[in-house]
Amino acid sequence: MSTPTDRRKVTPTRVLAWAFVVVALVVSLFPLYWMLRTAITPGRELAGDNAGLLPNHPTLFNFERVLGLVTREEARAAGGSGAHLDFFLYLRNSVVYTGLITFLQTLFCAMAGYAFARLRFRGRDLLFGLFVGALMVPPIFTLLPNFALVKELDWINTYQGLIAPSVLMTPFAVFFLRQFFLGIPRDVEEAALIDGAGKWVIFWRIVLPITKGPLLTVALTTAVWTWNDYLWPQLVAPGEETRVLTAALGIFLKQSPNTAPDWTGLMAGSALSVIPVLLLVIFFGRRLVDSIQFSGLKG
Amino acid sequence: MTATASSLEQTTTRRPQTPRRRRRGDGRIAIAFLAPVIVGFAVFYLYPAIRGTWFSLTDWNLLSEPKFVGLKNYATLIHDPLFWNSLKVTGYYVVLSVAFQLLVGIVLATLLHRVTRSLVIRSLLLVPWLVPNVTAGLLWMWLLDANLGFFNHLLVSLGADNQGFLTSPALAMPSVVLISSWSGVGYTALLFYAGMLMIPSQLYEAAAIDGASELRTFFRITLPLLRPILAFVLVVSLIGAVQLFDTIAVTTKGGPVNATRVIYFYIYEQAFTHFKMGYASALALSLVLVLGVLTFLQMRLLRASTSDLA
Repeated sequence: MSTPTDRRKVTPTRVLAWAFVVVALVVSLFPLYWMLRTAITPGRELAGDNAGLLPNHPTLFNFERVLGLVTREEARAAGGSGAHLDFFLYLRNSVVYTGLITFLQTLFCAMAGYAFARLRFRGRDLLFGLFVGALMVPPIFTLLPNFALVKELDWINTYQGLIAPSVLMTPFAVFFLRQFFLGIPRDVEEAALIDGAGKWVIFWRIVLPITKGPLLTVALTTAVWTWNDYLWPQLVAPGEETRVLTAALGIFLKQSPNTAPDWTGLMAGSALSVIPVLLLVIFFGRRLVDSIQFSGLKG
Repeated sequence: MTATASSLEQTTTRRPQTPRRRRRGDGRIAIAFLAPVIVGFAVFYLYPAIRGTWFSLTDWNLLSEPKFVGLKNYATLIHDPLFWNSLKVTGYYVVLSVAFQLLVGIVLATLLHRVTRSLVIRSLLLVPWLVPNVTAGLLWMWLLDANLGFFNHLLVSLGADNQGFLTSPALAMPSVVLISSWSGVGYTALLFYAGMLMIPSQLYEAAAIDGASELRTFFRITLPLLRPILAFVLVVSLIGAVQLFDTIAVTTKGGPVNATRVIYFYIYEQAFTHFKMGYASALALSLVLVLGVLTFLQMRLLRASTSDLA
């Protein structure tokens, strides 16, 4: 990638530009640092000790508190609300919820995208038009009846209730993947057809492997989106056994008194909820950045 | 875009070298490929859309049977000041947050493109986008806390007065915009950056040889050639901004004095706090109509999205 000339020359414009980038980075990351800083501040000292970059008496007690490793009495004595997070249970629920939706939705949408791009059948354009139309409808309109349906099926507080509305498809993913399948040269498929391979084999052996990039884009953005989702999970899975992390944090906040919120505990809980995000950046940083840029290119 | 893609494909399917026998009868295999998605669409999109429309004509508290009341919910809605307020508040948020994010996003992307192409910096700028909205809401509630929050700490040390960022009617919405911009701007910048990568670098080299300033280069090359991606990002952010919910649910809960009671949150409250499912459905359907008009306007706008590069 060739770049403009004089990249290294120090000019006032360049200094200003770098200053802006640095400010942007600080604004992006400082709040997260402050969250951590608060999480390691002893609850009772918070009011008098919020000036320095590090607390006077750093402690891991708040983490122990939200993880439920200390008794409720001890937690209250330290200025907490006594509420705790069953962190590992919620983590498991979040992982199952996100994993199931990401894997199945990507697979089903790829299958549909392929059919819309490459197979000929009656009513294809009409059906595809309907899918695209569904993109225009704001989710809250279908959310209300879907909640009613899940309730009628007695699926409240179950995994099937959690994943039902999104596991089979999302119109955007179908639309997005179809665009890529349209671009695959037909010759590749035809060669396989002449060799006697069926459409199903072609899909798995040829089409999926050469569209890894777009598939990963869909999977990663679906995963992030599902992991962060709050409205649906807190509605249909409020119970302890199926509660996901975001919903748990919401409940944790509600249990904290409005007049004097348990900030150190809340920040410890928040910090824990960010760990999976940081792992994602560490392991998938480049792919994540690439895949988002990719979705912009194809929009 | 869809139309051209499918017509292009029509012509390619009729290419003569395709074995004749294969040209019919994808129907059965197509059903297998589409089965999950068709079920999903029918059960979780089409059926709820029809049902939602029906609910909007009923009085229903989620427990007893829905009672048909005709257009009563819509009559109520027209005279409901909170509905109009929620549209107004949503509009205020959408304009403020989209304008701010687009502006900062494009500046950030330009800097990334012209000054540094560091992947590490791009990844770090994306971190807030990955933080769940609930966490971001909690975190900023603390940063903006009226008594002990970091921002007030800063203000006081600069000699200013304490501010109740999320508790003052005037500041609450700008504060919410701040929170969602913190979350979203890295993502927006990345989309713009991707668009900039498609602009041929020879154009920039030529501009540099001509001695054009960075600012001139931006307005004469980057911005005009970025138009398609600009239109795309505008549409995506508008749609996203209308759906503001999580941040409100965590931080202000619609207050103070309805200052942040956006339409999504208002519908949610009617349905799940007041158990007025019928009325909530009528509100939701009205939102569909409002967005339909907006989408129409966007379509007009997207016509401007044909690239100058093509």
